[in-house]
Amino acid sequence: MRVTQGAFSFLPDLTGVQIRAQVEYCLAQGWAVSVEHTDDIHPRNTYWEMFGMPMFDLRDAAGVMQEIDACRKTFADEYVRVNAFDSTRGWETVRLSFLVNRPANEPGFRLRRTEAEGRVQRYSLEPYAAERPPGERYR
Amino acid sequence: MAALVASPSASPAVANDTTAADIAALLAELDRELVGLAPVKKRIAEIAALLAVDRARAAHGLAGQPPGLHMCFTGNPGTGKTTVAMKMAGILHRLGYSRKGHLVAVTRDDLVGQYIGHTAPKTREVLKRAMGGVLFIDEAYYLYRPENERDYGQEAVEILLQVMENQREDLVVILAGYRDRMERFFECNPGFASRIAHHVDFPDYTREELMRIAALMLERMGYRFDEGARAAFERYLERRMARPHFANARSVRNALDRMRLRHASRVFERLGEADRDALITLVADDILASRVFEQEGGGTTDEHR
Repeated sequence: MRVTQGAFSFLPDLTGVQIRAQVEYCLAQGWAVSVEHTDDIHPRNTYWEMFGMPMFDLRDAAGVMQEIDACRKTFADEYVRVNAFDSTRGWETVRLSFLVNRPANEPGFRLRRTEAEGRVQRYSLEPYAAERPPGERYR
Repeated sequence: MAALVASPSASPAVANDTTAADIAALLAELDRELVGLAPVKKRIAEIAALLAVDRARAAHGLAGQPPGLHMCFTGNPGTGKTTVAMKMAGILHRLGYSRKGHLVAVTRDDLVGQYIGHTAPKTREVLKRAMGGVLFIDEAYYLYRPENERDYGQEAVEILLQVMENQREDLVVILAGYRDRMERFFECNPGFASRIAHHVDFPDYTREELMRIAALMLERMGYRFDEGARAAFERYLERRMARPHFANARSVRNALDRMRLRHASRVFERLGEADRDALITLVADDILASRVFEQEGGGTTDEHR
């Protein structure tokens, strides 16, 4: 099942040229761009692993593209996303975040039903891949 | 929302069709702003022509590799190395070579770390910041300290070389420094010299050029010489140039700053009756009070008088 998280996720995966154009846009807005990766794709998992420091004071997308390529190469079978952080007072948050890499095989999510008090049903989601220990998922 | 499908050349200001007229205008502007420096201007003209021809060739399908534009500026103190490097970023941008045209000026401290494993990320971060523009390394010879074999500078040099070779279209590296020390630096790092296409030597200024520089500086500061002061300043330069530690345009600027001080204390005594003319005019006495005129060969090397 194809994971849809972040911006553009219902579109086909972005090409290199499109990613570059997005990063150029972010830098033109003065946002700090960073690269993150994870193999725990649960929707509630907000904190991914940072790949290097966030890149401040960049003017050109070449430096970011270099980091993205390095991260995709190192974590080819994990999810990789690009975040753009806006430090303007009042925003101070991530303004744009999109996936730039996904594993070849995405098994999808299990829906867990738990019986609670009375006849209440509680539901939770769990990636099938998360059954294996970190680092061995999506291999 | 971000534009989804933008063209790969998203920077609108890049002149993709620099014409001969543009280049001529650029060179004329350089001539106005920089006094002397004939070899430097010649090299810039050559680079401009090369880039224009390359683009014309590309239009005819004669694709070639982008030319390497890494440069090394050598010359005595105060000959304008840093000034030209600052201008170079703008020039390369106008010629359509560098995408963003900004300049990142660094020294050894910004590239070399303090402990093992600190240097590489530090250097890479600086390189990433400089991409799309110009990386200017002032006094580059400090990067390499031959007397300390465990110096981390070597690591920075290696990363620098790698990026200079593989990402030519992303950034231009300009090294600057005094000639003898740069030569020694290149002897220890032969790979560096061969990766730099343009070695530009900045000549010392002649006295006439220094006078024109002084005139330009005074104009920017809002002062002027009267007739006597001009002649006195010429005599001042003649003596000052013969002294040790003469630093070309920098010495001129320092001299002018000291003259402003003397002018200020002279005018201050009668500030009430000073008119506009008195406030902007430097007279011969402001110059002749300099220590340079005291005695010939007095043995002092102190230029700060």
